[in-house]
Amino acid sequence: MRIEPLGDSALLVRVVEEFEAEKSLDAVLRATQQLELAEIPGVIELVPAYTTIGIFLDPARIEAFDQVRTNIERALEQDLEGTLPRVTTSIIEVPVCYESEFALDLEEVARHAGLPQDEIIHRHSTAIYRVSCVGFTPGFAYLSGLPPELATPRRASPRKEVPAGAVAIGGTQTGVYPRKSPGGWNIIGRAPLRFFDVERNPPALFQAGDRVRFRKILREEFDQLMR
Amino acid sequence: MNISVRSAGFLTSVQDLGRTGFRRSGVSLSGALDAHSLRVANVLVGNEENAAGLEVTFGTVRLAFADDRLVAWCGGPFSVRIGEENIAPGHIRFVGKDNELTMIAPNSGGRAWLAISGGIDVPLVLGSRSTDLRGKFGGHEGRALRDGDVLSLDKERRFTNRREKTDGGLAATDAKRRPGFQSAAPWGAPATWARIAPDRIALRIVKGIDWDLFRSEAQQSLGSSAFNVTPDSDRMGVRLEGPELQRTESSDLLSEAVAPGTLQVPPNGQPILLLGDCQTIGGYPKIAHVITVDLPIAAQLSPGATVRFQEASLAEAQALLHEREKDFALFRAGVGLHAR
Repeated sequence: MRIEPLGDSALLVRVVEEFEAEKSLDAVLRATQQLELAEIPGVIELVPAYTTIGIFLDPARIEAFDQVRTNIERALEQDLEGTLPRVTTSIIEVPVCYESEFALDLEEVARHAGLPQDEIIHRHSTAIYRVSCVGFTPGFAYLSGLPPELATPRRASPRKEVPAGAVAIGGTQTGVYPRKSPGGWNIIGRAPLRFFDVERNPPALFQAGDRVRFRKILREEFDQLMR
Repeated sequence: MNISVRSAGFLTSVQDLGRTGFRRSGVSLSGALDAHSLRVANVLVGNEENAAGLEVTFGTVRLAFADDRLVAWCGGPFSVRIGEENIAPGHIRFVGKDNELTMIAPNSGGRAWLAISGGIDVPLVLGSRSTDLRGKFGGHEGRALRDGDVLSLDKERRFTNRREKTDGGLAATDAKRRPGFQSAAPWGAPATWARIAPDRIALRIVKGIDWDLFRSEAQQSLGSSAFNVTPDSDRMGVRLEGPELQRTESSDLLSEAVAPGTLQVPPNGQPILLLGDCQTIGGYPKIAHVITVDLPIAAQLSPGATVRFQEASLAEAQALLHEREKDFALFRAGVGLHAR
């Protein structure tokens, strides 16, 4: 574990050096919990992502930056094994319609993988994924756990507009565009859920560490769920 | 009561000190790009530091007031007037019902922040009144202002934080009756806080997490070269053009937290200085960070401007930040005493 300055009023904790989906995320979430429980004065918020935690500080509430750093180190060193609640248990199921109307780049993904389109859908919708981090746009979750044969490079030129709910593959990751936005990932379906909603707390459906499974649905069910 | 936007200018938005607590859901900080300027203006008119004001970028903004208010502004070398009368930055002025307030940006561009007593009364979205322009929520209908918009102001036009809600409206009326008060309030913000217009733009930086990933020529040229601000800069970041900052090797990095002030370098070697609307995480290497006390200068950078960077130590950056916070606390207390 290393703590590095992220400018003069934030820190970055590198919890592990190398990313291994399950192990790194568990370690990062555990450290995040430890920091939350410690309620360190001057800490505004924490941003876990892959192998790190960003810690944002409020300079107006900090007497000495070194002290905050010491408090953070102390909080992270505490052995709370067994006393912390389990990090995440539930699997979020996301219904996805993979029909051609929504699957703008399914053909390209199939071609790249050398597999029939049905097989891409089958493999995409049976794997279990894990949220490595949320960012890029509000509520956009980067999911790890994509079957390696489905990995497809990002499009050479990003689309100016990707519809809300578009399920896509970008490199070795998959994810869902929460809102209409530009995007360069390969779109293979659409999900009829609200992935980001300012009326909710937390506003994003996914949080780092959550497990996710996609369930294949037909157009009829998609329309019903959209209502 | 309210203000009518007769002319919205180039890019004017409702901003407070930003939206915190939801970065892990991918929600940007947003907020005044120069939070310090908005805090100073808010304190002057008796608002909470975090009250919502207006951020004005380029162009000419004209606002008509439906009731009596106190106003103050800070920022770039704008010309701000009530009718024909000039308002100096960092000073409070009284705006009467039906008066028009005009803010004209200098030709070179820049930004200014206007605080109005009571603050702009838009709904809190995820704990903040700031406009998230990319996310399209918060502020006034989640967007920049347009001509003809009407903004509600808090009913309470209080003058000091000490006054209770019941007599809050009286302060402004008091001010109206005191002629000396109208022309120039006897207290103002320190000149360097009020008007952000340095002759030579040099931003102090501390080394970034990925400093060592860059070639020594890149590390040197960051401190020795001039960088030009390009036209595709916006509230997310100032895009710069200068010598290519090359890395020793081009391995991919995992995305991790970034912050306003982060100087990240995409593969083309041209750095981007992140501002308040920046993404919460980023995968480009972070060569350096502009120190917090210099972010007000960064928020003034307009296309065509030239900027240089100067290395500072982390201890120095934090000491300067501490000092400013102490000075600000004194300033706030001082304004409170004057206004009592």
